Amino acid sequence: MIKVRNLTKYYGERLAVDKINFDIGKGEIVGLLGPNAAGKTTTMRMLTGFMMPTSGDAFIADCNMATDSLEGRKHIGYMPESVPLYTDMTVRDYLDFFARLRGVDRTRTKKRIVDVVTLCHLEEYVDSIIGKLSRGFRQRVGLAQAIIHEPEVLILDEPTVGIDPIQVSQTRSVIKELGKEHTILLSTHILPEVSMTCDRVIIIHKGKIIAEDRIENLSAIMKGARRLRIEVKGPTEQIVKRLQRIDGVRKVAREGNYLIVESPITVDPRGQITETIVKSGWTLLSIESVEMSLEDIFLQLTKKEESEQ
Amino acid sequence: MKNIRVIAGKEFRGYLNSPMAYIIICVFLLVTGTFFSNYLKTISYTDTTIKGFLQLAPVLLLLFGAIITMRSLSEEKKLGTWELLLTSPVRDAEVVMGKFFAAVGIMAIMLVLTMYYPLLFAVFKAHPDWGPIWTSYLGLLLLGSAAVAIGIFVSSLTNNQIIAAVVTGGILFALWYLNTIATANYMPKALGQVLNYFSLKYHSDPFGIGIIDTRGVIYYLSLIALFLYATVRSLENGRWN
Repeated sequence: MIKVRNLTKYYGERLAVDKINFDIGKGEIVGLLGPNAAGKTTTMRMLTGFMMPTSGDAFIADCNMATDSLEGRKHIGYMPESVPLYTDMTVRDYLDFFARLRGVDRTRTKKRIVDVVTLCHLEEYVDSIIGKLSRGFRQRVGLAQAIIHEPEVLILDEPTVGIDPIQVSQTRSVIKELGKEHTILLSTHILPEVSMTCDRVIIIHKGKIIAEDRIENLSAIMKGARRLRIEVKGPTEQIVKRLQRIDGVRKVAREGNYLIVESPITVDPRGQITETIVKSGWTLLSIESVEMSLEDIFLQLTKKEESEQ
Repeated sequence: MKNIRVIAGKEFRGYLNSPMAYIIICVFLLVTGTFFSNYLKTISYTDTTIKGFLQLAPVLLLLFGAIITMRSLSEEKKLGTWELLLTSPVRDAEVVMGKFFAAVGIMAIMLVLTMYYPLLFAVFKAHPDWGPIWTSYLGLLLLGSAAVAIGIFVSSLTNNQIIAAVVTGGILFALWYLNTIATANYMPKALGQVLNYFSLKYHSDPFGIGIIDTRGVIYYLSLIALFLYATVRSLENGRWN
């Protein structure tokens, strides 16, 4: 459904997206993961026809978005990052406008409004002025707008940014629900988000794709991803030496009063660590797993890429 | 066509849902009404023309044209909603035309409501000469439409409504009063004639005395087409940056 070939975008001198290629098949939910300013939004804007690429092509349902954009746009539902809304309209009028603009006839529009309002849990607010809704509800209106005309492809730019945790999980379940019928490309800079909603992830950094894989394989990309943060009372030098001798521990590093222990995801050295510490007569104050931050992953992936080159 | 109607409809309802359109229409009626009756009073009711109304109506149309179009595209930019408009399956030209027709609609309502001035003559059996009255209205509608087209273009260049209104107002008044500069003593005659031809006022005046000058009609229509086209290009240009 989505095909991207050597897509490139320069903003003046600045390279925002650098010759990226990917394919997304029908019914897939794919996450575009990257830190801020990685080129996610620019990529999405070129996919929706809002922006023209400097070179390369983006195809939606086999329509080239640079030359055949009008036809391609019929297949797209799009929620931009800022969730743009006409704040002086009611939810109903807003949805009605975009449905009609995208060629849904009057009777069908009425029915669709009921459907999407139910799906996005907006029933009570359908006749409220959008400007008076809270951030979380606005987000839902933005999502409702994107699906009102039953597009085959959904492009969602940071769909869960800026809303509270409960609403985030609701939004994620709505996206999963939508994934049954739509092809979805969503962008995010939050790692757990992709693992929760997506089948596949494309990791983009400084305008380049640095990794692309199914979620199950993602952990394989990041060998040594398990990290433990421990706090021990005792002679630090000796503790570090002793811990390094434990099977499976790849690295022990100091971080303030804590020690960071890295090991492959397949090994769980926690039992041995506590045993070692206790047996040596030191006091274990705390031990906890730390998620690898996105920055760490990027660091690893970019390092990996550089060493491969 | 359907897309233009959908956009124009949404815009038009937007105007009617905000107090601005009502305030503008009220002020327009109040001011032009005062001028209309004052003129008749000063000539002791010996005339059945709408000269009094025409004294101020064109200038007010320019002013209000700038105001009703100031948020036309600038607000779409500011809210970010143009990203949705421009990724919907509609042509940029359809978006622009929809905006244009909605604003012209408001102008038309404003003008239609003033038609009770000449109707008063008829009510009091004063037998006005309807010819010049109709041409005056045609002239005002063309003038208002041109103002609106320029306003929409300026509004496509900024996301600040106030800037849009002020710049549009500036352009419109400059074009309106261009003929006073054009006919000034110091102006070389040939240059003066050219400048005169670009003046909104120069082409507006004949309509008021019952003349439909094709040059005037062509001037207004070209002005409208030029600025609407420029607006479409301005939107298109945004896609490349």
